[in-house]
Amino acid sequence: MLTNQMNRTKVVVVGNGMVGHHYVEQLRNLNANCEIVVIGGEPRPAYDRVHLSEYFNGKTAEDLALTTREHYEATGIQAHFGDEVLAIDREQKQVVTRGGRRFDYDKLVLATGSYPFVPPIPGNEHKRCLVYRTIDDLGAIKANAADSKIGVVIGGGLLGLECANALLNLGLEVHVIEFAPGLMGVQLDPGGSGMLRRKIEELGVSVHTSTATQKIEVLPDSDPHHLRMVFADSEEPLDTDLIVFSAGIRPYDQLARESDLRVGDRGGVVIDHHCTSSDPDIYAIGECASLGNFIYGLVAPGYRMAEAAASQLSDDKVSFTGADMSTKLKLLGVDVGAIGDSTGRADGVQEYVYSNAKEGIYKRLVVSADYSRLLGAVLVGDCTDYDMLLQYYLNEIELPEMPESLIVPSSDGAPLLGAGALPMTATVCSCLNVSKGDICASIDNGCCSVADVKSETQASTGCGGCAALLKSIVDDEMLSRGMTVNTDICEHFSYTRQDLFHLIKVGEIKSFDALIEQHGQGLGCDICKPAVASILASLWNEHVLQPEHAPLQDTNDRYMANIQKNGTYSVVPRIAGGEITPDKLIVLGEIGKQYNLYTKITGGQRIDLFGARLEELPEIWGTLSEAGFETGHAYGKALRTVKSCVGTSWCRYGQQDSTTMAIFIENRYKGLRSPHKIKSAVSGCTRECAEAQSKDFGVIATETGWNLYLGGNGGMKPRHADLFATDLDDETLIKYIDRYLMFYVRTADRLQRTSVWLDNLEGGLEYLKEVVIEDRLGLCAELEQQMENIVGTYQCEWKAAIDDPDKKKQFRQFVNSDKQDSAVVLVEERKQLRPATDEELDDNMIAKVS
Amino acid sequence: MGTTTTFREVSASTVLCTIDDLIENAGVCALFDGPNGEEQIALYYLPAQSPSVYALNNWDPLGKANVLSRGILGSLNNTLVVASPLYKQHFSLVSGECLEDSTVKVKTYDVDVIDNKIVLQGQKEATASLSLDSPNSAA
Ligand SMILES: Cc1cc2nc3c(=O)[nH]c(=O)nc-3n(C[C@H](O)[C@H](O)[C@H](O)COP(=O)(O)OP(=O)(O)OC[C@H]3O[C@@H](n4cnc5c(N)ncnc54)[C@H](O)[C@@H]3O)c2cc1C
Ligand code: SF4
Ligand code: SF4
Repeated sequence: MLTNQMNRTKVVVVGNGMVGHHYVEQLRNLNANCEIVVIGGEPRPAYDRVHLSEYFNGKTAEDLALTTREHYEATGIQAHFGDEVLAIDREQKQVVTRGGRRFDYDKLVLATGSYPFVPPIPGNEHKRCLVYRTIDDLGAIKANAADSKIGVVIGGGLLGLECANALLNLGLEVHVIEFAPGLMGVQLDPGGSGMLRRKIEELGVSVHTSTATQKIEVLPDSDPHHLRMVFADSEEPLDTDLIVFSAGIRPYDQLARESDLRVGDRGGVVIDHHCTSSDPDIYAIGECASLGNFIYGLVAPGYRMAEAAASQLSDDKVSFTGADMSTKLKLLGVDVGAIGDSTGRADGVQEYVYSNAKEGIYKRLVVSADYSRLLGAVLVGDCTDYDMLLQYYLNEIELPEMPESLIVPSSDGAPLLGAGALPMTATVCSCLNVSKGDICASIDNGCCSVADVKSETQASTGCGGCAALLKSIVDDEMLSRGMTVNTDICEHFSYTRQDLFHLIKVGEIKSFDALIEQHGQGLGCDICKPAVASILASLWNEHVLQPEHAPLQDTNDRYMANIQKNGTYSVVPRIAGGEITPDKLIVLGEIGKQYNLYTKITGGQRIDLFGARLEELPEIWGTLSEAGFETGHAYGKALRTVKSCVGTSWCRYGQQDSTTMAIFIENRYKGLRSPHKIKSAVSGCTRECAEAQSKDFGVIATETGWNLYLGGNGGMKPRHADLFATDLDDETLIKYIDRYLMFYVRTADRLQRTSVWLDNLEGGLEYLKEVVIEDRLGLCAELEQQMENIVGTYQCEWKAAIDDPDKKKQFRQFVNSDKQDSAVVLVEERKQLRPATDEELDDNMIAKVS
Repeated sequence: MGTTTTFREVSASTVLCTIDDLIENAGVCALFDGPNGEEQIALYYLPAQSPSVYALNNWDPLGKANVLSRGILGSLNNTLVVASPLYKQHFSLVSGECLEDSTVKVKTYDVDVIDNKIVLQGQKEATASLSLDSPNSAA
């Protein structure tokens, strides 16, 4: 394809921030015939700047990464990091980097973003004067905070307050210095800003408004602090140990200026609706671009620009015509929202204000002169109305007769904006640009739960702010399609699994027969029987083969082994934490030999022995049990395995003893019956060799303790686990896991893994934290008690079964003969046995081995 | 549909096992050495039903293994069923029909409980399949 190669458009992308990366992804998706070169000024590929502050909560650079060098390489993209473009030669259509590289381009894309503005205050070059923009910046802040007591943030805007929060979490005494009379002057009116200030001061942050810094002096070594800030007017000086400037951002447009591209009045490369600069072969996107003299300092509009710019190289060109800048966020734990013209600067507008000093809530609506349309809103302290108000604003929906009813708390009959009232064009998820129409289309295409819609449309997978709205739209649409969300577990019980759990617990019901008699109809089936068996086990922990429980079990639970395609079973003894002695390994090898079993190492650091016949199981377990093996519950909806790495015992990077912790965890929760299987892992450091973040609960060692991750999954639908709590000591770690697992066991649906459960949990991770950490439901003591009960009544099911002739009797192939099942035919492959294939059986080519 | 089903009577009755060998509300398997060679018969015991014992051939025609005796029992729309432990299709305990795929049927047997013994009666045997394209479901 030589000609094709030569005709390829050379696209050079300058800057690999969030927007530059999104552009590359878009371009690749278009399959345009291009050769892509990326030059990124930072030493690492694009990462999630929006969640940068989480770097202080235990997230690592890898966690924040949006891509990797390897990924770029694998997709044919030439990427250079840690080098920057110094000049553009528009005549030759070349760029030159600091490292002396030259690249030809047909199309050049500027995605250089912006940099923090540092006001020209004498002394601002001191090494303890920092900014808050990149991972390296945060590294520097962390390093300097280590020997600091006081930290100052200059700038009381959105980023400044986020930074103040970070300093607070680093244990510093924090001051915020704002030049303007109020905090967040861009978004908030004086009322909202005053409320925010009060709430932030309650947290111990000192706020100094209308304060101009004149100079920064270096204090002598003898002084307890490093720097002194001197202010204008008669304000007292302030001694501090570090200063972070967060006084606004400025677009990186130097390249454009030097190559005579048009630049906006307030900086930024001037672009048109196609994101083209004044040179038709150069695009600018993201925070370095200026459209109509406006710079969009949020990621969503940047993404829309990237999409528009990429589409210019395809047949389906789209435009960027501006974007809504409404925002909702939590600053220092205070909910803040600003919609549209939130400060009400236009003429002739009307306003409604609700202010509640006691609760710390402030809400303000800006409406049109005829009271019919919402023009803007400010919310401080309570953002529950945000989604609804945003929809009124974006879709110009006519306001109710008394607009104040939208912000006054629970006044009876407040007209709620139902999901049904939204037009199809309404944007529900602005991060991923998903409209109500997209959501409806996905339901038409077969999605029937919030989780389905999420994975199909990506809605609510960005900042997650639209989760509640998404749920109400999905519910509403399902209802209007007559797809009543039937949550009955099956035809025998008109209850969900959670309902059944409560009925069984409250009624102290001990058997399926009693339950169906009191609360169900018919005989039950293969859906409700195992589900009820699991609940009974979670609550009362009786042996699965007790006569009243055995018939309820799926074949795997009933024979305590995993059925395979030919009707034989596989056996997986517990190897806690993946640690096994050579002697025990030999036992496994001998059993494998004796019974001609196919042996394989599992993904969970255990050994799986395949091909055991039903009648062989008790014998095999007799030998295993004697050698000290216990059941691994590989057959059960239960705790499976807790993977581990060797941690501090062997690994030179280890920070805690991950193996001991994994073995402890595995032994604690073994035997816990749950709605679905549960997997776990413990890694000894952030290198994460045990892959804990792909588990239902994962533990990663830190310098001072353990980070706990929840809701991860591998397999068919991988999900990265969410960071739940950081730097826990052993005891707290186990306490949280106890509560988490029991809460899951109690509330999840049948066969719902923790990942899906968490995705569907109303309120999500934050709610889970409230339940598990803050004990919002007052349930923690009970959850722990229940877990203690399970742990205390543990018995190895296999040991109990082989010790009991009645239970052992159930493992007969034939009740009236000692013969074997003649339909089980095995063939040899790579020196082991496996079931014969249909073809092999048909051809009758093989001699039966057994 | 161009299908013919003929039945052949097998003479004497055979004792398979005793009622103590059965498991309440579940299945076991008995080996029957009959005129067609060895057959595996899944025996299901539902003490609250009448009759209380049901018998199907143990071969799961869809999963292609001798496993039907190990399925979970229940009722779907008042039909007594066993669910295949491999891929969870349901088979009627009375007719042997697969509820998910009407072209698939497993062989049923007449059994009685006499003096605590499980007795296989002169069995009916379908010698032609019910539809031309049905998979070969013989054991
Ligand atoms: C702490 C913080 C919190 C934020 N929170 C939010 C939020 O909640 N919601 C929201 O919407 N937005 C938020 N933002 C803003 C958001 O991160 C930006 O809008 C977005 O990152 C802009 O993307 P970009 O690609 O245009 O710029 P950037 O992400 O800044 O990327 C530009 C990249 O180009 C590189 N570069 C510059 N010049 C050159 C050159 N000459 N050669 C090579 N490389 C170069 C830079 O080093 C940089 O890596 C936040 C920002 C910060 C710092
Ligand atoms: S996770 Fe860390 S401690 Fe464990 S093996 Fe890997 S590098 Fe070593
Ligand atoms: S990945 Fe599929 S084929 Fe492989 S073991 Fe799992 S279920 Fe079976």
